[in-house]
Amino acid sequence: MTISRAKIPQPSRREILALALAAGAAPAAFAQTSGAPVRVGGTLSLTGPLAATGAIHKIVGEIFIQQANKAGGMLGRPIEWVLLDDQSKPDLARTLYERLITVDKTDLIIGPYATANILSAMSVAQRYNKILVHSTFGIPKLAAYERHFPGWPLGPNPEVTVNAMAIDGILSAGKPVKTVTIVTSKFPSVNFLAAGAREEFKKRGIAEAAFIEFEFGARDFGPIAARVREANADLLYMGAIGLEANQLLEAMEKINYTPKNHLYLYPAPGPLSLSPLGKDALSLTIYEDLPPFNANPQAAEMAKLYREAGAKAGMPFVDPETQAGAGYASWQILTGAVNATKSLDDEALTAHLKKNGADTIVGKVRFDGPGNYGDDLMRLKQVQDGKWAVVWPKAVQTPGKTIVIK
Amino acid sequence: MSATLLGQSVLSGIFSGCLYALLGLGLTLSWRYLKIINLAHFAFIFLAAYLTYQLAGPGGRPPWLVLLIVVPLFFALGVAQQALLDHFKVDEFASIIVTFGMTILAEVFIQWIWSADFVRLETQFLRGSFEVGAFFLPKQEMLMAGASLALCAATAGFLRFTWTGKALRASLDNPPIAASYGVPGQRLALMTAGAAGALAGVGGAFMALLFTLAPSQIYTWFGVVLATVMLGGLGSAMGVFAAGLLIGVCEAVTMALTAPAWAPVVPFTLLIVILVLWPERV
Repeated sequence: MTISRAKIPQPSRREILALALAAGAAPAAFAQTSGAPVRVGGTLSLTGPLAATGAIHKIVGEIFIQQANKAGGMLGRPIEWVLLDDQSKPDLARTLYERLITVDKTDLIIGPYATANILSAMSVAQRYNKILVHSTFGIPKLAAYERHFPGWPLGPNPEVTVNAMAIDGILSAGKPVKTVTIVTSKFPSVNFLAAGAREEFKKRGIAEAAFIEFEFGARDFGPIAARVREANADLLYMGAIGLEANQLLEAMEKINYTPKNHLYLYPAPGPLSLSPLGKDALSLTIYEDLPPFNANPQAAEMAKLYREAGAKAGMPFVDPETQAGAGYASWQILTGAVNATKSLDDEALTAHLKKNGADTIVGKVRFDGPGNYGDDLMRLKQVQDGKWAVVWPKAVQTPGKTIVIK
Repeated sequence: MSATLLGQSVLSGIFSGCLYALLGLGLTLSWRYLKIINLAHFAFIFLAAYLTYQLAGPGGRPPWLVLLIVVPLFFALGVAQQALLDHFKVDEFASIIVTFGMTILAEVFIQWIWSADFVRLETQFLRGSFEVGAFFLPKQEMLMAGASLALCAATAGFLRFTWTGKALRASLDNPPIAASYGVPGQRLALMTAGAAGALAGVGGAFMALLFTLAPSQIYTWFGVVLATVMLGGLGSAMGVFAAGLLIGVCEAVTMALTAPAWAPVVPFTLLIVILVLWPERV
């Protein structure tokens, strides 16, 4: 377990302006921080199978706190992040949140990474009536606690809306996509979306050529690749998380098979875009360091600092995207609510967020729908020329880029 | 399901099985002849894989040259580990805990040097596949399978036919009598540990060639490789090879015929069946 404490560097005018925008801040936020820190407790998967993504959330959290503390922190006090390593284990996350609330007595808590760990933290938050803002919770219907607030705006029914958006985008190219092979990991958040996709494809009259489920952590994708090749559908839809997309693509390459069109739900973004096999691969996003997402100075600042910190940490892929956006947004939601209500009271913060939502790097986030979910802000992106481009909906398309469907 | 799908899946299973055998060979030697259940063998494999990535990827050296660096280095690492375990008189059961601790340290070390993010050795070395009729034989996997078979056969031959191999087996059966005939038990133990380390080095080099790497993936190989080692019979090099093939092919056929989600059940089902029907095997 590690504990990270943010420093309080001197502000620059540019950074102060950026932070003021970030927190939806009042002029008071331009003041230097003073007094005892506001302690925000949380865990991240700094080791274990989720560590690659946990590292992203650690970097964006540290960037946000560095920026925030230059612009007034929370209530004019510096923010201190008491960060513990949950080792990618939901049971350990539960114990650590219990510790953060009862032993460390942090003023606030903030969520860990990934659905199962967030669910663990949520049960502890509920026991102590603490507000829990979190970043990447994949199955909204499981979040029944009234004081949870998602920084990843999936909408209340992503199994319908996310898939509908993706299929709309694919069909917008006007090419005949008549069959689909669905391959999915049994990892809960992708399995849940893949199950929804089966229904959405059916509604659009796209026939299912094959449905293949595999266990999370699978090593050999050879037989799965052979089944995908045999099905030879117009579209490969993969409920992939992390490296699974690359593993399947590499296995398909070994049998000289290239899918006509391919979509991966939550792949490791770097390895997929950097691999030659990732050409034209589609995926989902809520944030990319591309226009219009990075149009405001705060987003540009975050991207710059993220790249510097990622390179320093030895990360091979340092472009901020969905995970970085959601992580940063969750800190914006919490900080913005504290500064707007001038309070650390969980009830006041809850009431404020439900009524007002929050302005974040990923857009305006609402919490007034079922289960505290609002709009589904998921978008479709595609690897083009070795880089991600947002290709659907049209309103957020990367300038000069359109979806490529064969 | 077509014959092509089944055949291609069986080929995939053969390659997986060869890899299981390659990764398990050093483990079975140390378990049988040193009485060390060396979970750190997996850490050595991944350390070797990351080193291969570093030298052959950013370093730009050809993979065969990297192997010439990695193998002696991991021989030395194996010897050093055995010397340490000897010094603290670590017995068979304690070795599980001690070497698991070493594995965790290695994971942290890898994460510290290369980050928790994924890394991939992008190389054109033996890229692509041979096409034989309707089937595809990936070149890198073919090389790995050949290396696995050669190393298993060489190890089996070494243990059976050479004086050193016989001395090692004698030293296991009755150490005092073997010592009275001039068998240097301590030196043989260090040599065996070194050989196991070197085999981890070879396994790691192929791991880097075939897979994208992440530190936490060390643990994903524990179950299937340990099952291969136990199924093959401790200390039996060709047994490990046969067990690897059996598990790999059964997994692959399961994935082709049913839901691939059932594949992880295969090695342990086979192990339980063998334990029930042939308990003296393990």
